[in-house]
Amino acid sequence: MPANAAYANSRTPAGHVPDPLVDAHDGESRGLPDMPPDPVMEAFGLNVYYGDFHAVHDVNLSFGRHEITALIGPSGCGKSTVLRCLNRMNDLVTGARVEGEVTYHGQNMYARNVDPIAVRTHIGMVFQKPNPFPKSIYDNIAYGPKVTGMKVENMDDLVEGALRGAALWDEVKDKLKQSAYGLSGGQQQRLCIARTIATKPDVILMDEPCSALDPIATARVEDLMHELRSDYTIIIVTHNMQQAARVSDRTAFFTARADETTGNRTGLLVEFDRTSQMFSAPRDKRTEDYISGRFG
Amino acid sequence: MSIATTTAREVTQSLATGRSKEHGPAALIFLGLLWFSMFFGVVVLLVLIIDTIIEGSSRFDGALLTEYGSRVSPETTGFRAGILGSAWLMVFTALFAVPLGIAAALYLEEFANRDRWWNRLIELNLQNLAAVPSIVYGLLAVAVMALLGFDNSGTVLGGAIALALLILPVIIITTREAVRAVPREIRDGSLALGATVWQTTWRQTLPSAIPGIATGTILGLSRAIGEAAPLVVVGLAGSVRFDPEGLLSSITALPMQIFSLTSQSQEDFQTAASAAIVVLLVMILGLNGLAIFIRNKFQRTW
Repeated sequence: MPANAAYANSRTPAGHVPDPLVDAHDGESRGLPDMPPDPVMEAFGLNVYYGDFHAVHDVNLSFGRHEITALIGPSGCGKSTVLRCLNRMNDLVTGARVEGEVTYHGQNMYARNVDPIAVRTHIGMVFQKPNPFPKSIYDNIAYGPKVTGMKVENMDDLVEGALRGAALWDEVKDKLKQSAYGLSGGQQQRLCIARTIATKPDVILMDEPCSALDPIATARVEDLMHELRSDYTIIIVTHNMQQAARVSDRTAFFTARADETTGNRTGLLVEFDRTSQMFSAPRDKRTEDYISGRFG
Repeated sequence: MSIATTTAREVTQSLATGRSKEHGPAALIFLGLLWFSMFFGVVVLLVLIIDTIIEGSSRFDGALLTEYGSRVSPETTGFRAGILGSAWLMVFTALFAVPLGIAAALYLEEFANRDRWWNRLIELNLQNLAAVPSIVYGLLAVAVMALLGFDNSGTVLGGAIALALLILPVIIITTREAVRAVPREIRDGSLALGATVWQTTWRQTLPSAIPGIATGTILGLSRAIGEAAPLVVVGLAGSVRFDPEGLLSSITALPMQIFSLTSQSQEDFQTAASAAIVVLLVMILGLNGLAIFIRNKFQRTW
């Protein structure tokens, strides 16, 4: 796996350079080990093709329990594609083909006998654009448990718990029966997070969850992510490097490499490291260029 | 005088010419042609409607709606059988066509793999089906009735089969458009929660598409209600003197009754036919109005 040599190597942290981005982050103080000690999910030799188009090349990653992992990189580098492989949402794209393994608690999720529907009940997903259902706030939360056939003692409690978990309860407790479309964009996105945690997943995937939100709503969602970390493993794709630096424990940097003959751009993983490490002393020149704003 | 002032004056001269290039002679002639073409269509339609209303105005009475057709007293002949027959036809046409049309559209939009040649072939044929002359559907319905073993196809069943076949492509096409208008994000949101494609279609996509489907269905029905050609082929009578009682009772329909009356020579029948045309127009306008109402009331902006 030459493309991921950086990932495979063990290393000693370079001298710490003070950086305002990193100082906002607590990864250092949490004393994170170099590699996730207890990975919930891992990708081995992950290749993704759309028809003949090679979208992602040979990605190896591991996602630690109760950690937030950020996937960053320029547009078209395949970070969203990788994310969508993690709960098999790519299955829904016609012509998509996945090679390699994605394991969840050691089980290969692309094994022949694995049901993608079951995978998605364990690994929830929050999308770029808030996408509440055209139903009431209450029904938005209750939908997941209902369709997955979850045994629910008391749906009201579950709805309240999910909304509290997403720090939305106080804002909506008096209008649970009203349409979710009456909420602001930031509230809608937190509703989508509440909807996801209502099905009690283990891992939450977030695909640029704040890119459609204003700075205040973004800050609230980021705070929420920090709160959720104690119960969930979070993997977030973001365009915003400051966001990656603020919220994540580890960061994976992707870039795209153009094929010499066809010009198709294939995404590959450049560097995977603790966020504090990557933003203070990136090990790869390409990472450094991207983080310092010289390209991408 | 400074350079700036000179330039400003030149600009003023070139902008404030007092004329507009939009209103040159060629442009005005072209505009006039467009107006004429538009008026031609609208005026012909208006003249036709007004003429029909004037001609039938002496028969706008209760008997028109409540009496059966009568040869003996043309001045009180009525369209009770036709109106009831059309109403029955519409109900059963909708019952046959709507479930089939929605199911076909959902399959094509949500389940069919577009890479398969047969699915593309079906799509192409659907577009063509919408352009097939309505009389062909009449022939098809006769064949279906014969296959089902019915001697008399001039019944509610025969007529409804013909009309359902006629509007099926319309319903499929409008339903597909309504389903396609439901954003991908809604489906993704549902699937990401662990719902199956089936659950997602049934609980999210279809309910969101219902206003569009209802609009398309009603527009299809308003086309069907004015059709006479397929009903002629199916063998509906020009006039009956009883109310429809079931799927297999012989009936007539409003367009059929109008068609048979216009071939009569007596003046009173012509008048009655004109009045019945107005009744038919009102029914069609009512259906279209309902469609517009549903569209405006329930239309969702995503």
